[in-house]
Amino acid sequence: MDILPILATLRRHKVILWLLMLEIALSCAIICNGVFLIAQRLQHMDIPSGVAEHELVQIQQAPIVPPPDRYARAQEDLAMLRQIPGVRAVGMSNQVPFGGSSSNGNVMLSPTQPHPTLSAAEYFGENLVQTLGLHLIAGRTLRTDEYVDADVVIRALADGSSEGFPMPMLVSQALAVRLWPQQNPLGKLIWLAPTASFRVVGVVETLARANAYNTATAQYSMIIPLHMGADKDQSYLLRTRPEDRPRVLAAAVAALKRADPARVIMHSRSFDQIRSDYFQDDQAMAGMLVSVIVAVLLVTGLGIVGLASFWVAQRRKQIGIRRALGATRIDILHYFQTENFLIVTFGIVIGMLLAYGLSLWLMMHYELPHLPGIYFPVGALALWIIGQLAVLGPALRAAAVPPVVATRSV
Amino acid sequence: MLGYYLDLALRSLKRNKVLTALMVLAIAVGIGASMTTLTVMHLLSGDPLPGKSAHLFYAQVDAAPDAKKREPYDVLDYQSAMDLWSAKRADRQTLIADSQIKVHAPQANQPPLMLMMLSTTADFFPMFDVPFQYGRGWSAEDDATHARVAVISADLNNKLFGGTDSTGRSLRLRDSDVRIVGVLKPWRPSPQFYNVAGGRFSEGQTAAFYTKPEDVFTPLGSGLEINGDNFQPFTCWGRPSMPLHLQSAPCVWIGLWVQLDDAARVAGYRRFLEDYVAQQKALGRITRSDTRLRDLMQWLDFNGVVPRDVRLQTWLAFAFLAICLFNTVGLLLAKFLRRSGEIGVRRALGASRAAVFAQCLTEAGMIGLIGGVAGWLLTLAGLWLVRRQPTPYADMVHLDPGMFLATFALAVATSLLAGLLPAMLAARVAPALQLKTL
Repeated sequence: MDILPILATLRRHKVILWLLMLEIALSCAIICNGVFLIAQRLQHMDIPSGVAEHELVQIQQAPIVPPPDRYARAQEDLAMLRQIPGVRAVGMSNQVPFGGSSSNGNVMLSPTQPHPTLSAAEYFGENLVQTLGLHLIAGRTLRTDEYVDADVVIRALADGSSEGFPMPMLVSQALAVRLWPQQNPLGKLIWLAPTASFRVVGVVETLARANAYNTATAQYSMIIPLHMGADKDQSYLLRTRPEDRPRVLAAAVAALKRADPARVIMHSRSFDQIRSDYFQDDQAMAGMLVSVIVAVLLVTGLGIVGLASFWVAQRRKQIGIRRALGATRIDILHYFQTENFLIVTFGIVIGMLLAYGLSLWLMMHYELPHLPGIYFPVGALALWIIGQLAVLGPALRAAAVPPVVATRSV
Repeated sequence: MLGYYLDLALRSLKRNKVLTALMVLAIAVGIGASMTTLTVMHLLSGDPLPGKSAHLFYAQVDAAPDAKKREPYDVLDYQSAMDLWSAKRADRQTLIADSQIKVHAPQANQPPLMLMMLSTTADFFPMFDVPFQYGRGWSAEDDATHARVAVISADLNNKLFGGTDSTGRSLRLRDSDVRIVGVLKPWRPSPQFYNVAGGRFSEGQTAAFYTKPEDVFTPLGSGLEINGDNFQPFTCWGRPSMPLHLQSAPCVWIGLWVQLDDAARVAGYRRFLEDYVAQQKALGRITRSDTRLRDLMQWLDFNGVVPRDVRLQTWLAFAFLAICLFNTVGLLLAKFLRRSGEIGVRRALGASRAAVFAQCLTEAGMIGLIGGVAGWLLTLAGLWLVRRQPTPYADMVHLDPGMFLATFALAVATSLLAGLLPAMLAARVAPALQLKTL
């Protein structure tokens, strides 16, 4: 197909041409960045937790007056929960991945360091590795005889005493790699306070934080063998088969209420629920972005339909003359399709620049990474397709113009 | 003349229904999307206390022992808060801290509720123009004696007492009985401005600043005695002892708001804060000398209270409106130029360029008006969707009269803007050339 005559014609319709090109350029910029934003959200929603997500349920009690014997109470509760049919493991934790409310500690690599190296999630609680289904990749898990009552540690910290330290701990692989790159983390020491040292005895593959906003630090976690007792902020965690979750959850809540009718249960939910609660904003935003992109494509498509129809109507006579001079219907069809392809391509070229500018602006205001090159063809492809679809109707109508039109005066 | 133009516009719109529908649709979806986000933005970024916010200030000093260069902590430690508050150097001053508490009304036959309680001081109610339905706030003396009194929200009053005047009745907060002295009218500031803190650490996820105010208000001292171990510190610079005793813990957790009625008092209070820090430094209790005194709107700004996603959505919606605008320009151009013959006749019969221009713009404006109606319906649908989202501000989202008018203003302005270029080109049509081809 000869494109020179098309270009010559377009040069005589500069205003409409520029309008179309700018509209396509703007659409292109929005689509490229929009698809990238969606991908970012989906990627964020996909952060691995490291736990057996489909097998876990959480029960959290409301902060009421702690029982005088909270350690004994916790052990009684755990023993009772273990009796529920279908329960494979029972644990207790001060936080859960994506739970929202987090407990974090400042990690130091020496007791005299003026500023902490980083902040990492502190998981305290019972039987966490087995209940959460964590994957131990080095060292060993925590032994029952290594657990200490939280009060003992807090008192020692308050007195500035280093008795009982270093305590054993597990760290996540991400934390180990960050603190000791290319070294064996087993046996290494860290400090959470000048007198409180901890020795790494095992490494778990993945364990996300409760407030995993930032992908870079989302997996910095430590597990410390502390008995926390039945107190506020503590959750009972139960692991079961996926299909047993609703039944086990109901039975566990009933059992806890039976043991102490004054309890108020704050949360009783599956881990799937925790994840979807935590990421609901991202989900909503991704949904909104998808609808914006669809709407942009639709509006742009309708605009192309409108203008192409106008052009066809305006050029009825020329089309008739071309047909009378021997052009086939296919020639006319191809003419309008090629014309549309050219306009969309010009628009896309401007759109790429615009998309790049928009991505720079987004980087400045929304702490987003650079728009990867892969997203440019996505926008281009979408617009080429929508352009061809939109022009098809008017182009077919143009192709249907009979040659006899050329001989009529109007 | 305008009547004639309107008549012409209507005829022209009827002539090509598909094109008209396309233009109206483009304007309507553009307006619907941008007004939905703009309404949410307007609701979230407004001044919660218009007329008064410029006199309310949030005071900060920092008692943490570190020397790192940073902004002072968002809230105060107990000692500094009490010192500054009891100095009474502002026109009004109030301390705030909240906690979760188990609430039970012995008379009402209902299970206990877990609610948020704000522990504050007597000035809170007059300072923030909190409206009362029954009774009133407590007195400064109640603050001093840690009186067992409480003010409750309209919601809680409806739930427990069926909306009747419950002042004088008693309420069980955890294990203590308090006497209700006041019931608020429905009060829903946006955001819950007095409790805003830590926004800069939330990575733009600030929707929580728009939750409802607490249901129970008690004097600070009483709240601490009743529920002290359930107050959460904002942050600590040392490990606090257990059980948590926040008054002595190395933690920050109390906010201080002051009302300063003129510029001289503001300057005076700034000096007072500096003097206080200097004096505490001399005593060796404080090492950091920076202080802050931001007014209400500055404080909200500093915390970036409008959620990042809402801002992004607003930008997106306006970019979308821009696309719709380009689209309408193109379609209007097509429409007007197709009528070149008709315009030529009008021009030949004596219509001036200005008249043709006005006629075209009238037609564009009419499309805008119809698009505005459709856009208004789409905005209502969009807001309905926002209300169904699980965000804390969902219950507040509605189209107020101002935004209702803005919908039409934006629709007409958009369509006139879109009509400008096509109308100009149409007005330049040469009559002779067009008549020849007729």
